[in-house]
Amino acid sequence: MIRIGVPSKGRLMENTFDWFRARGLAMQRSGAERAYAGQISGSDDAELVMLSAAEMPRELAAGRVHLAVTGSDLVREGLADWADQVRQVAALGFGHADLVIAVPMVWVDVETLDDLDAVAAQFRRIHGHRLRIATKYHRLTHGFLRDQGVADYQLVDSQGATEGSVKNQTAEAIADITSSGDTLRDNHLKVLADGLILRSEATLFASCHPMLAGDQAALAAFVARHGLGG
Amino acid sequence: MTAQPDTATIRATAQRLQGAMLAAGAVSVEADILQPAELLLDLYGEDIRARAYVTHDPLRGELMLRPDFTVPVVQAHMNGGADPARYTYLGEVFRKQEHRARGQERPSEYLQLGYEVFDRANPAAADAEVFALFADLLASLPLRAATGDINILMAAVQGLTTSDKRRAALLRHIWRPKRFRALLDRFGGRQAASAARTAMLAAFATTPAAALIAGVGGFVGIRSDAEIAARVAALLDDAALPPIAGEQVVMLDQILALQAASPMALAALRGLAAVMPALTPALDQMEQRLDALAQRGVDVAALAFEAAYGRTTLEYYDGFVFGFYAGGRPDLPAIASGGRYDALTRVLGRGRSIPAVGGVIRPALVAALQGGGA
Repeated sequence: MIRIGVPSKGRLMENTFDWFRARGLAMQRSGAERAYAGQISGSDDAELVMLSAAEMPRELAAGRVHLAVTGSDLVREGLADWADQVRQVAALGFGHADLVIAVPMVWVDVETLDDLDAVAAQFRRIHGHRLRIATKYHRLTHGFLRDQGVADYQLVDSQGATEGSVKNQTAEAIADITSSGDTLRDNHLKVLADGLILRSEATLFASCHPMLAGDQAALAAFVARHGLGG
Repeated sequence: MTAQPDTATIRATAQRLQGAMLAAGAVSVEADILQPAELLLDLYGEDIRARAYVTHDPLRGELMLRPDFTVPVVQAHMNGGADPARYTYLGEVFRKQEHRARGQERPSEYLQLGYEVFDRANPAAADAEVFALFADLLASLPLRAATGDINILMAAVQGLTTSDKRRAALLRHIWRPKRFRALLDRFGGRQAASAARTAMLAAFATTPAAALIAGVGGFVGIRSDAEIAARVAALLDDAALPPIAGEQVVMLDQILALQAASPMALAALRGLAAVMPALTPALDQMEQRLDALAQRGVDVAALAFEAAYGRTTLEYYDGFVFGFYAGGRPDLPAIASGGRYDALTRVLGRGRSIPAVGGVIRPALVAALQGGGA
């Protein structure tokens, strides 16, 4: 039985259902409106596992689902050496979002990472602590800033309403997901010209867990039969 | 692939090596496994968070499983150690591994044996003492030694004919080669300013910073308008500066690319010092160190020197740096490494400082290489 993880609510769930329906796999939630259970018609060798998109990387890595839809940002953030643990099957063409570094618009002297780095040195000298960047994407943000050679910053954890952390004075800058940029603008923030960490979209991944090695032929056949491979 | 030695073999190897350090006059010291995270983060930045295990204590806040001994040993010394002092320590250190092993698994917990010398009398002699001790202890293994000197790189930057701010910006990034290169290319006029920078400077040229800030509306954050205005002024000053002369940039590139046997490297650097005299004090120290190494029986003529060596380690080394690597085993990290860290003692000494040099050995790797018929 092929276990397919699908986001359990919202537009991401609806778009995912549409995407699979176009490939002959009709998914629907079963039971009450708020019950996170579902079923698939059109295939008797697959079952639906409704999960939060954020839990999907862990479930894939552990081999508890064969296939799963989640944001590529969450896989890259959540799994070390992600390409060894999961395989990208198809980009689904929705759920587009960019992980970016944003700073206050009023920083008229900051447009690039080079400026951010220089301001971090100035900020630390004056304020006595490292420039704070609020994010929930610690691994991706640190990896990006390390590769770009930015120093004298610290990451502070923000699991929600990250755009408000500068106004609330819990951070000087943020690294967060944006789609239109409206929320950033409303919070008086702007994206650095070279501050794009990652372009993300909803993506179908397959687990590479060794436990599923015996299922790989069946999985490949399932993916081919339904034309899931992009 | 060599078989993994068992824990008892590793510990016996470590104790035999530490015996030699005690015989060399070192005092054995301990350090807590749980270290306050804040200090380590302030010293190393976010890179240490990605490499060390961070945990939370309800009373003491964020703590780290000891990622190395250097910081606690320096702290203990600065709080009333003998002067001069020699220390040795032996214990587990903990490092997260971000990548799955492609060959041999890299351990996230391993024994580290260290030797640290705090001695203001003769830094060159102390450098030589630590290197020669390590070379002797590891002499039976087929290792390649690498050496470098961060102090020479810093002297080369100090010798550039440009503003203090530009020199400070380059010094700050000696340990981040990519940003260092970008800054040098821009300061040297080899890379034009980005479009974003050009547009920004154009706005500054016509409109005062205060008006630009007021024009944005919606002031957020604790960085003040005075700080923003100060940096605007600094950017305008910098834009008015001439580029660093091409021959100086070329010279810095030559220094960074220098790889040769130590006496040849010193001769090449002496040649460059003829046009960049700021190098001379650092080169005098290198020469004294080579003499001290020769006196201790190190084959200096064959000792490799790479000017850029040590640039990508965690940034506290600011002088002599060295490492010992297993020939033909690029999968293994350094068997031993170390260097001089005078500036770290200044940071941790709150006003006081002492020249310091030291290094660490991984006993598990020594035991593995010995067991492998080496």
